[in-house]
Amino acid sequence: MKHPKKAVALISGGLDSLLAAKVVMDQGVHVEGLNFFTGFCVEGHTHAIRTTRTASRQSSPRNNALWVAEQLGIKLHILDVIDDYKDVVLNPKHGYGKNLNPCVDCKVFMVNRAQTWGFMQDGGFDFVITGEVLGQRPKSQIREKLGIIAKDSGVQDRLLRPLSAKHLDPTLPEREGWVDREQLYDFHGRNRKPQIALAESLGFEDWAQPAGGCCFLADPEYSNRLGDMWRARNKREYGLDDIMLLKVGRHLRPSPNFKLLIGREEGENQYLEGYKQQFTHLRITSHKGPLSLLDGKATPDELQLAARIVARYSQGKMDATVDVSIHHPDGVSEALTVAPMPPQKIEKHWHV
Amino acid sequence: MSDTQATPEALTLDVRNMLCPMPVIKTGERVATLAPGDELSILATDPGTLHDVPAWCRVHGHTVLATTQEGRNITVRIRVEAP
Repeated sequence: MKHPKKAVALISGGLDSLLAAKVVMDQGVHVEGLNFFTGFCVEGHTHAIRTTRTASRQSSPRNNALWVAEQLGIKLHILDVIDDYKDVVLNPKHGYGKNLNPCVDCKVFMVNRAQTWGFMQDGGFDFVITGEVLGQRPKSQIREKLGIIAKDSGVQDRLLRPLSAKHLDPTLPEREGWVDREQLYDFHGRNRKPQIALAESLGFEDWAQPAGGCCFLADPEYSNRLGDMWRARNKREYGLDDIMLLKVGRHLRPSPNFKLLIGREEGENQYLEGYKQQFTHLRITSHKGPLSLLDGKATPDELQLAARIVARYSQGKMDATVDVSIHHPDGVSEALTVAPMPPQKIEKHWHV
Repeated sequence: MSDTQATPEALTLDVRNMLCPMPVIKTGERVATLAPGDELSILATDPGTLHDVPAWCRVHGHTVLATTQEGRNITVRIRVEAP
């Protein structure tokens, strides 16, 4: 008996990758999903940190990639690529998009990893599927870039984009008859109606619609924070804790010497608690208020400034004074009583 | 039972203070070292674990034996099934 061909599908959790995998599965191909955790993914961490947002947006938070796998009835392998992905972020051969989003290099990385992963499995995998749609993203999904992704990833013509296949040259799976090109699609551009119609025709009633994409690097505020961190350190590098903390709280840099991370709600305060041993941290002791981390080294005058800023975000912001305790990583603590900084004195350019 | 995982301690995975999807990733890595029939208790604090680990088990054919939550502490006990 002839064994079915096997394909690795990149599963982001969104509609396009769900459909791409489904239309190939429906042709009798064995499909398994891959999802990469780069550290910059919008899903998961953000939902977990911001308790109130999660509660208001989604009563039952889910990992959309796992949810897609369940809908498709396929295995999903989630891989930690945080360390290897750094080179993509720090040295993108094809540059950044509008923000610090290295979309072309990112896709090259993921497609390459998918093929490598497939080779390492018992029996191997024959080709790679993505949900890319020609023209959907002006920089990373134009024809030229789709060609670059296939070439630079090393996957070449074993990379199949089922949703736009009819706009592209036939790939090996199509030429060899592993999949029927006539049953693939000719989607193009940013219009989502064809995908929605296809989803409905395939019986899907629900799918994720991530606002603003799935990667923090495409977010202007996040990219600005990352750039600020690199400038402050005079070095382009990061660890997982760094990029996690960039997602959390208000960030204010009132001095080149330090930055304040101020929790905005209980979930963020709870999250910042996990980092308090690594940073100088400030607590409001006379009122309810946020937990704040101080990243950098502040002079005594700057600690006073930091306390006044933090007090502004406490429930004592309208009072004459607020008590703030400051705890340093070496175990030394000090107590300050400060006048909360009036809102108009918080300089706009301090906000990172 | 797999030889290297014979002690009760070895069959516990501590992913407390990790946020999803790391508990799922660590669960997958650990299960890959276990044998069918092994039971693994996953200790977590991220509430997403309550959804994600059972979902991961469903797509990979493993069995969730129990989930418990006491305050922030979550335990998901699973049994590894044959591929």
